Amino acid sequence: MTVEMLGARIMAPYFGGSISVWGSLITVFMLALSVGYLIGGRLSTRNPNPKTFALFFIGAAISSIPIIIFADAIMRPIFLTIEDPRYGSLLASIFLYFIPTSILGMISPYSVRLMVDSHEHSGHMAGLLFFVSTIGSAGGTLATSFYFVLWFDVNQILWGAVAVLLLAGSVILLINYLLQKRAAHAQVSGYGKKN
Amino acid sequence: MEKKIRLLLLLCGLMAVTQALIAAEVIHEEKSLYRDINVVQTGNRRCLIFNVHRGDRNQTCLDVSNRDELIFSYTKMSFAGLLLTPQPKKILIAGLGGGTLPLAFNDLFPDAQIDVVEVDQAVVNVAKEFFFFEENANMSVAVNDARVFVKRAGILGEKYDYIILDAFGGDYIPEHLLTQEFLEEVKQIMTEDAVLVANTFSTSRFYDHESVTYQRVFGEFFNFKLPASGNRMIITQLDPLPPRGNLITRAQSLAPSLEKYGVPLLEYPARLSTRVDWDMSRRVLTDQYAPANLLQNN
Repeated sequence: MTVEMLGARIMAPYFGGSISVWGSLITVFMLALSVGYLIGGRLSTRNPNPKTFALFFIGAAISSIPIIIFADAIMRPIFLTIEDPRYGSLLASIFLYFIPTSILGMISPYSVRLMVDSHEHSGHMAGLLFFVSTIGSAGGTLATSFYFVLWFDVNQILWGAVAVLLLAGSVILLINYLLQKRAAHAQVSGYGKKN
Repeated sequence: MEKKIRLLLLLCGLMAVTQALIAAEVIHEEKSLYRDINVVQTGNRRCLIFNVHRGDRNQTCLDVSNRDELIFSYTKMSFAGLLLTPQPKKILIAGLGGGTLPLAFNDLFPDAQIDVVEVDQAVVNVAKEFFFFEENANMSVAVNDARVFVKRAGILGEKYDYIILDAFGGDYIPEHLLTQEFLEEVKQIMTEDAVLVANTFSTSRFYDHESVTYQRVFGEFFNFKLPASGNRMIITQLDPLPPRGNLITRAQSLAPSLEKYGVPLLEYPARLSTRVDWDMSRRVLTDQYAPANLLQNN
C-alpha cells in the first residue's frame, strides 16, 4: 500500500494527477495481486517451505528497486509514444508495479499453507492472515499519506520499504536456519538417548 | 398539539423569510469526478462555486447584465503580467474556472492565440453553458492535466509569452503543479520576453515553501498582494525584473484599455514587491517532496 500511495505521486509528473491515473494504478495493483494469489497458491502445493517464502519477500524487494532507479527511464518513452495519459499511466503502472506487487500477492496464500496444520484450523488461520495483512495495508496507507510524505523524499520511503522487505526475508531465513539447527540437534541427542 | 402546529408554522415562516433574504438561486448543479460544481445566481450576479460543503468558495462570478466587467480581484490581478509583457501573442491559461479570464484576454487581444488547459470536462461544460465561454479560431480548451500539457508543449517546442497558472481551485492542491521540476518545465515553454503569472497561496506555512521554490527556479520575482484579497500572485519572467519606473509607464499606457473590465491597473505597480517576506530556510518543493496538502493544514 505504501508503494501504491506513492505510485500516483511517481506518475504525476508524466501523466498528471487526474482520477484516471489513480484508476490505472489501482487496476494494475488489483490485477497483479490476483495473479500473485493464484501463483502463490499454486506454488504452495509443491513442497511448501519457509525458504521459498522468504524468497518472496526478497524478490519483491529487488523487483521494487527499478521503481526508484528507472522510473524516469520507463515513463519517458511511454509519455512520448502514448498521448492519452489514461493509457500512458496504465502502461507505466504495469511496467513499474506489476512484478513487485504480484510477488507480494504470493505471500498470503503461501503463508496460509505454511501455517495451517489441519483442515479444522484452516479457516481460522486464513482469517487471521487476512486480518494481519489488511491491517498492515491500512497502516501503510495511513503512515505514508499522513506522515512519510511530510518527512521524507518519495525515494527514501521506497528504499525504506525495500529495506523492510529484505529484513523480513532475512529474518524468516534466519529463524528457519535456527529451527532446523535445533531440530537437527534434538534429533542427534534423541538418537544418543536411544543408544 | 395546537402548540406544536403553531411552532411548526412559525419555523416554516422563518425559513421562508431567510430564503427570501438570501434570494440566491442554485440554477445548476453538476457532480464531476473532481468536485461538485454549483452555479448560483443572486440578482444579476452568477457564480461558479466549487466545494459547497466546506464554506462556499466562489470560483468565478459574472455580472450577467455587464459581462465585460470582472468581479474578483484575483481575476483582475492576472492582468498585472501586462506590465511586463504588454502585447502577448500566445497565451496559456491553466485552469478555466468560469472562463471569464480567457474571454477577457480574447476580447483584449483578439489576434493572440489562447490555449486553455482544464482537467475537468464538467468545468468546461458549465463555463460554456452558463458563463458565455466559447472557443473560437484563436481560443481553444484542452481537457488535460496542466503538467501533462506543459511537458508535451515543451517537447514539441511550443512557446508562450503569457502564462497564467490558476489551477488551484478546490480544497485539494494538485501537488505536481507546485514543484521545482514543473516550474522548470514551464520555463521551457516561455519565450525570452514571456511573463509568468501564478495565482498562489498567501497563507499558511505553504506560502514559505512555495516562495522558496519559485525563487529557486526564477530568481527574483514580483510578489503581488492586494489588501482586500486573500490571493497572492507571483509574477516573474526569465530576464531580470524591470525597474518600477517602467511598470508605472506601462500601467499608464495600458490602463484605459482595461477600464471596461474593471482592472485598476494604475494601482498595481505600487503593489508589486520584491521584498522577501517568507522563511527562506523552508524546503524547496520537488517531485520527490511535495506534501502540499499536508503543509496547507499546518
